[in-house]
Amino acid sequence: MRLHEYQAKQVFADAGIPTPDSRLASTVEEVMDAVDEIGYPAAIKAQVHVGGRGKAGGIEIATSEAEAREAAESILGMDLKGYTVDKVLVEAGVDFENELYVGITMDRGEGEPVAMVSTEGGVDIESVAEETPEKIAREHIDPAFGLHPYQARKVVFEAGIPKDVAMDVASILTTLYDLYESKDASEVEINPVMITGDREVVAADAVMNIDEDALFRQPELAEMEDEAAGDELEAKANEYGFDYVRLSGNVGIIGNGAGLVMTTLDLVDYYGGAPANFLDIGGGAKAERVANALEMVFADENVDSVVFNIFGGITRGDEVAKGINEALAQFDEIPKPVVVRLAGTNAAEGMEILNEDLVQVESTLEDAVQRAVKNAEEVTQ
Amino acid sequence: MSIFVDDDTRVVVQGITGGEGKFHTEQMLEYGTNVVAGAVPGKGGQEVAGVPVYDTVDEAVDAEDADASVVFVPPAFAGDAVFEALDTDLDLVVAITEGIPTQDMAKVNKRLSEVDTRLLGPNCPGIITPGEAKLGILPGNIFEAGNVGLVSRSGTLTYQVVSNLTERGIGQTTAIGIGGDPIIGTSFVDALEAFEADTDTDAVVMCGEIGGEDEEQAAKFIAEHMDTPVAGFIAGRTAPPGKRMGHAGAIVSGSGTGTAESKIGALNDAGVPVGDTPNEVADHIEDFL
Repeated sequence: MRLHEYQAKQVFADAGIPTPDSRLASTVEEVMDAVDEIGYPAAIKAQVHVGGRGKAGGIEIATSEAEAREAAESILGMDLKGYTVDKVLVEAGVDFENELYVGITMDRGEGEPVAMVSTEGGVDIESVAEETPEKIAREHIDPAFGLHPYQARKVVFEAGIPKDVAMDVASILTTLYDLYESKDASEVEINPVMITGDREVVAADAVMNIDEDALFRQPELAEMEDEAAGDELEAKANEYGFDYVRLSGNVGIIGNGAGLVMTTLDLVDYYGGAPANFLDIGGGAKAERVANALEMVFADENVDSVVFNIFGGITRGDEVAKGINEALAQFDEIPKPVVVRLAGTNAAEGMEILNEDLVQVESTLEDAVQRAVKNAEEVTQ
Repeated sequence: MSIFVDDDTRVVVQGITGGEGKFHTEQMLEYGTNVVAGAVPGKGGQEVAGVPVYDTVDEAVDAEDADASVVFVPPAFAGDAVFEALDTDLDLVVAITEGIPTQDMAKVNKRLSEVDTRLLGPNCPGIITPGEAKLGILPGNIFEAGNVGLVSRSGTLTYQVVSNLTERGIGQTTAIGIGGDPIIGTSFVDALEAFEADTDTDAVVMCGEIGGEDEEQAAKFIAEHMDTPVAGFIAGRTAPPGKRMGHAGAIVSGSGTGTAESKIGALNDAGVPVGDTPNEVADHIEDFL
């Protein structure tokens, strides 16, 4: 789960990391009140989960009341790569001499966190990593001990951070690791850390991603989850507890187990179709859950045809069949053709229960997918 | 022969009194696995499916001479349960639990480097040596004893590929689910190394998916160290970047690492044919045998 900039900055500021004076605003008038208090120049920044906000017109610097109003009017309500901007952060402009990068993330390969520091702040760190990897200093962190202060100093000196601010940057890094650990983050990043003319260090941006599997013990962060910002169907899936990702195709896909559902998507593509979604009903699903899944996929107006692929381990074919029958019983006419393939535990019992007037049954994964792709083609013709 | 588990393996089930723990203990017993003990704090002295329960893993191991454990403990407590298992002298710990916080696993991972115990998972279906033992939640009836090893990040995809093999009369030495989390105990390379050393394994299926670089490392290992032929499958070719596809570890990063193309390319370069469909993987294995 990714926090908005204003949320992450609040978390950072509460922990003692210097951040610019700022206010959150959701109307033009609120923006004007905010700039009144903060003064000029002020940055007006769209709060949406979109990379490259600045380039897309989501960040403006205002040096006067007129510019602030103009920026507020243009950014609030704008569509930024598919997301509507309903909040902006109004922030005191920082007069800076240098921009640095500091961040901590999980190194999957090593199975431990890694701290990264670079003098190349203000640009996409992944492109720095690709083009000039020597400009990023790294230090792995033993999760049993945390980031030792000496390690923070070491990586800061190694990165070539100017000596007069090095200790301040090391201190920010230590605080960042404390937050990374105590808040169950998967990633924390400040890009850029600005060094002002007075040689103060300020966090001018803030990135914080929280491990979704740890939200149960981070109730304050869980409350920040911004459901309105996401896709409507993805929010609904969240409510039902499905792993769901919406895509742009027209073949709806329901299955059990991440690997098998991904494979079903891939096969839809392989046989010339386009997957509309990833939906994993999880292990051991009962009839009601199956019915909810089908209802969700039907609710996606892009979907022209559905394939249901279940290989039962702990999921039982008879329960799945009951759920499919229940979900389809409520329609006088089935809205979109459904192909069902059941294998594994109680598949034979499931096949007997399935109402074959309502669904098309196939016995192999390949056949089921090809039929669903064909069904979708017939609808679009 | 087989790898990691056989009919001598003596198993303690952590979380045996919970719904999943109890159900799968019964299933494991029915399959013929030697489930010799359960461990649940505060439940010592009880019995589940005829299996004695102890308060601690240590007690269970001492009393019943267990050498492996299976963890069915809920995510909030599973990291601690794995630590408890690693602090005994078990040879193998199989963590089925999905949803363990990554930082808990980072700490477990650190301890793993200090002990001799092997961890399988978490977020995995377990391991089965057909006809001998299964530790986990795999449906035993789809497996047949034979000469093909299988290692996979995913549960149901494993079942799919196994059924494609079994339908053709191709059985398995051992099938292993290594788990779909970003930090796991046993890697593809660990499993491939064990299959290479197993004289009864004549070919290996490796099912990977998007995210991380485990498959790329496996490809390198196969090219440099394996004589046993390997066929592969990679799930997630159509996954968009930045989206978690069910498994916590199945994510293509925004900068484009962890893609299916990169993994398929690495495997092909190592001489490993990669099937476009699960059934094609079985075709490749049939060609090898």
